[in-house]
Amino acid sequence: MKLIQNKSKLLFCTLLFSVAVSILNSCTSVKEYQKNKLNDAEMTLSARKIEKTELNFQSYREGSSGANGGKTGGGCGCN
Amino acid sequence: MKKICLSVVGMYLSLLSALSQTTPNTDSSYKRRKLKFEEANIVSSYYKQDGNHAAVTGGIGSQALTDLSNSIDVKLTRYDKFNRKHSYSLEVGIDHYTSASSDKIDPKTLSSASHADTRIYPSFNWTMENEKKGTTFGATASYSQEFDYQSFGAALNFSKITENKNSEFAAKLQAYLDKWKVIYPIELRPQGYGTGGEDGGSVGSQPRNSFSVLVSYSQVINTRLQATLIIEPTYQQGLLATKYQRVYFTDGSEQAETLPDKRFKIPLGIRANYFLGDRFIIRSYYRFYTDDWGLRAHTIDLEVPVKITPFFSLSPFYRFYTQKGIKYFAPYGMHQSNNTYFTSDYDLSKFTSNYFGMGIRIAPPKGVLGIQQLNSLELRFGHYIRSTDLNSNIVSLHLKFKP
Repeated sequence: MKLIQNKSKLLFCTLLFSVAVSILNSCTSVKEYQKNKLNDAEMTLSARKIEKTELNFQSYREGSSGANGGKTGGGCGCN
Repeated sequence: MKKICLSVVGMYLSLLSALSQTTPNTDSSYKRRKLKFEEANIVSSYYKQDGNHAAVTGGIGSQALTDLSNSIDVKLTRYDKFNRKHSYSLEVGIDHYTSASSDKIDPKTLSSASHADTRIYPSFNWTMENEKKGTTFGATASYSQEFDYQSFGAALNFSKITENKNSEFAAKLQAYLDKWKVIYPIELRPQGYGTGGEDGGSVGSQPRNSFSVLVSYSQVINTRLQATLIIEPTYQQGLLATKYQRVYFTDGSEQAETLPDKRFKIPLGIRANYFLGDRFIIRSYYRFYTDDWGLRAHTIDLEVPVKITPFFSLSPFYRFYTQKGIKYFAPYGMHQSNNTYFTSDYDLSKFTSNYFGMGIRIAPPKGVLGIQQLNSLELRFGHYIRSTDLNSNIVSLHLKFKP
């Protein structure tokens, strides 16, 4: 059972690594004047301000937190 | 509650009047060095939940809770003589909540000290950006105060963007030095121990310290796709259990929640955004989380803003979350009395949750409702369903002001 779990973990990590490598390989150099779509307010690579309270309640109501722009522990009487 | 609503209206009016008094400065060299108003944001949210697994009553009982949250932040910038951009952000937040379960710390009283509370949390951030080198340094100081909890926070951040501005590496070190009043349920208080309330005598307090390191790498992949990878290991020490939460054992005895005084968390997130055609944006996010209490979780988030016009968009969203509970959790009356650590807090149990809703964003070039300084308005509603019989609704409003 443990061997199957370890194999699936290895498979998952290999898959994740392959996806990351293929994404980075497909990168093209994008000039500033070509970034009108990337600079759209809804393309921002972080949680938006309006999601602030949502991220807080999710970190209170769920055991995990962090890596999403919300709290990762401390600062309030929560998990 | 009325006071908080009035404060928000007051903040909005004073901001609007301050903006309307801005006069253009014709001396450009002088203007660069002068402190300039960049933007201000007001975010207000109302959250309401209900469920029947309150941790204060040992995993049974009402989880009814409401939270009204308001925050305002103002950002100012200026350039120094080396042409570095300095940004200063001041944020103040006020949350007011009512909780049915907190009222059961002492069920005999009509209303206990923490049945309702207000949390105030100001913070100040400074960053210095060297546009030539592509580097940014910054520091943040924060404070938070509520009835039984006090927090001091500090953070340092650094980022470096490549010359072609297609890749960015960022790091942030953060520390919270917190102090928590130790409040026990009435029947578990030692002889002479206080309630924590204003008229109920003093109680002891214990520290809770949290340290985290956030590292992220962002990459522009092509003219429509960009992604970021984030890892944020966090170490916590001190009082990590909520002492007014009850735990009932198989032999009928009762104790206050007890958990280890250390916790190490590793969340790993990846976010990718894709602009599809001219109208659709696909915002996606995945997070894997694990910690040394045995909690493991997966989060998948998908949001698709649809641009009805260039200045008006609708954003349906869906989030799926699943977690394997911590090893110290058991439901009401199921713990063995010889256990060292125990909790019946369903937030730490095994469950799945679904969260979905819709957002609206309006950002016309002449300002929302013709008010030039009101740059954008966002409204968002979400419904949350947890497999352990907890439901909640949240509505949020974001107003952005720019000169």
